[in-house]
Amino acid sequence: MTAGEKKEYWRWQETCWIDESKNWRDAKIITAGIDVGSVSSQAVICVDGELYGYNSMRTGNNSPDSARNAINGVLEKSGMKLEDITYVIGTGYGRVNVPFAHKAITEIACHARGANYMGGNTVRTILDMGGQDCKAIHCDDKGKVTNFLMNDKCAAGTGRGMEVIADLMQIPIAELGPRSFDVDEEPEAVSSTCVVFAKSEALGLLKAGYSKNKVIAAYCQAMAERVVSLIERIGVENDFFITGGIAKNPGVVKRIEKLLGTKAVETKLDSQIAGALGAALFGYTLMQKQGASAKAA
Amino acid sequence: MIANYGYKDGSGEYYISIDTDKCTSCSAGRACLTACPKGMFETITDDYDDEVAAVKQAFRRSLAFDCSDCKPAGGYTSLPCSTACTPGAIKHSW
Repeated sequence: MTAGEKKEYWRWQETCWIDESKNWRDAKIITAGIDVGSVSSQAVICVDGELYGYNSMRTGNNSPDSARNAINGVLEKSGMKLEDITYVIGTGYGRVNVPFAHKAITEIACHARGANYMGGNTVRTILDMGGQDCKAIHCDDKGKVTNFLMNDKCAAGTGRGMEVIADLMQIPIAELGPRSFDVDEEPEAVSSTCVVFAKSEALGLLKAGYSKNKVIAAYCQAMAERVVSLIERIGVENDFFITGGIAKNPGVVKRIEKLLGTKAVETKLDSQIAGALGAALFGYTLMQKQGASAKAA
Repeated sequence: MIANYGYKDGSGEYYISIDTDKCTSCSAGRACLTACPKGMFETITDDYDDEVAAVKQAFRRSLAFDCSDCKPAGGYTSLPCSTACTPGAIKHSW
């Protein structure tokens, strides 16, 4: 790295995946869900109500372009064209700006539906730790929302807060979680509930002689406490499932589990695709209701 | 469905909860829409195609200030919105 280059420690892994074992050309109904979030965008394609492929990438400064880039990633990988998709549903922060979507549905309903698919129909409580907001959701066995609340007023307890700490510590974001456990004793959580002040506090702790790992641990604990106070308002009913990017950070997840006294359901799928997956499944249900098998023009 | 609109910040928790199961078959003729002096409520079609009341987006992050006129210090002994909502769908957390 040259002196002029600035390393982006916050940059998380973008992923694109398709299920090679499935042939989309044999499908009756192909649906897509596009989740344009404040920080990341995902596109999910389902064939006959089953996950076929997805793309997860950073949201740009233009929602329609982010939506196009997200879907194009899966289309290119699979050899599919947009015209092959029967129905597209937009969700997330930029859901009304998905130019090729037939319908928009809130991310709350989509995350519940996606979690129901990823974690099974026993999932009752969902914590979505998104890029710039955090949601606590209750759902029934069909993935229908029965209770929800959302914190989108500040970035505390969200992915953006973790990105800020990654940059501050100059440690790649994927390493923050594991490193937060590499401490002699668990530190007190940083006291600030605001990302801006938490950053100042973290700097203060470094100056006071805390190791980087200890500061990360203190911040992970603060994030966990913050979201737990949110989720406790609606209560935790098992099974418990975490969606969103922070679900990939064991430093936060393990601390949430400890505070709640319950383990989160594990999934092999990317936790960030829950919203887009839910949207694609909504599309499938809608098409089934309409008895559609013809491809949309 | 219980829809909680609002936020938690350093000064406390401010949520208006709307029980949409009680709201869909409103027997009060959507009185909440006119009862709120600030016009904070609107009717929306939710994700499950039910027509329900909701707190307008513009007010969701400033409830502590927007509702302050109706709280006891503002001279009201009961909240206009929850009083008008005879099915009992609207509740305040603070």
